[in-house]
Amino acid sequence: MSFINYLSREINCKIVYYGPGLCGKTTNLQYIYNKTNPDAKGKMISLATETERTLFFDFLPLALGEIRGFKTRFHLYTVPGQVFYDASRKLILKGVDGVVFVADSQIARMEANVESLENLRTNLAEQGYSLDKLPYVIQYNKRDMPGIAPVDELRQLLNAANVPDFEGVASTGVGVFDTLKAVAKLVLTALKKGTT
Amino acid sequence: MSNPQMVMYEEEFNQIQGIVDNLVQAANSKVVFIIDKNGQLIAAAGDTEQIDTTSLASLTAGNIAATGGIAKLLRENEFATQFHEGEKANIHIQLVGNRVILVVIFDSKTSLGLVRLRVKKATEQLNAIFESLMKKVEDPATQTPFAEITDDDIDSLFND
Repeated sequence: MSFINYLSREINCKIVYYGPGLCGKTTNLQYIYNKTNPDAKGKMISLATETERTLFFDFLPLALGEIRGFKTRFHLYTVPGQVFYDASRKLILKGVDGVVFVADSQIARMEANVESLENLRTNLAEQGYSLDKLPYVIQYNKRDMPGIAPVDELRQLLNAANVPDFEGVASTGVGVFDTLKAVAKLVLTALKKGTT
Repeated sequence: MSNPQMVMYEEEFNQIQGIVDNLVQAANSKVVFIIDKNGQLIAAAGDTEQIDTTSLASLTAGNIAATGGIAKLLRENEFATQFHEGEKANIHIQLVGNRVILVVIFDSKTSLGLVRLRVKKATEQLNAIFESLMKKVEDPATQTPFAEITDDDIDSLFND
């Protein structure tokens, strides 16, 4: 649910990075944070455990520029990927305008990817959303790792709807901004159509 | 979608800002702000310069969401009020009409009793404003500024 403020001429949207544990959701946000002009970003908040696993969420406010005199602001959130934090994941999906599914390309993590994607669908449905109607992109992360599945295979398994998808190495930034731009564009296009 | 879009117009914003400004004085508090349940800041008053309001808004919304989750597990509808007591600063969080969150930050210059009393009154006023605002937003005759925006406008945002 975006928030349009006519007075301050701002449009605020919420984007959620979803995916299995250790797939690189937080790393995506950290890279964006590190590479963004200080004027365009707020403070990044990470509610993490002592071992730096996401406990509740990471949050990064980002300004992308103006469209027809309206400032566009995106609030980026990650969810905790570990299976048992499901109650927290549901909360973070509330009011979402766009979703990035970060998949882990390693063959050993295929089951975790599928499970997380199913979980995303279920949790969205509980809130009255459908993944097929939401602005949604996929990032196949960790392309630099050994033992990864070919992109075609990942696509077949995770991208039946043929949404925009990107190869990524979030730790070095490969594909990070392409993914963000793609989802932001879809969110703005959906706003234009009045579907969010 | 499950929730209507939140849109803020000048008329309602001024009314809300008036209530928030008034609450800072009436409760003798430091900062008052209103955020929506998704963590977007709607209005703020008081000594806001010392505070990262964007972060506070997001964390408060997360806090309300988590408390709402606990309420659900206990088969409560919601916990509408929260109070956190610190050594110097205290924070009073009130859910308004299950739609927005009213936050008051105060110190020892005032009392929890006074804050609660003033928050109660402000909550009633805010409820009425947000009710009418939501009706306005749901009116199909109300257009979003995005209706006129072209694909080129969106593309040009990313041409850097």
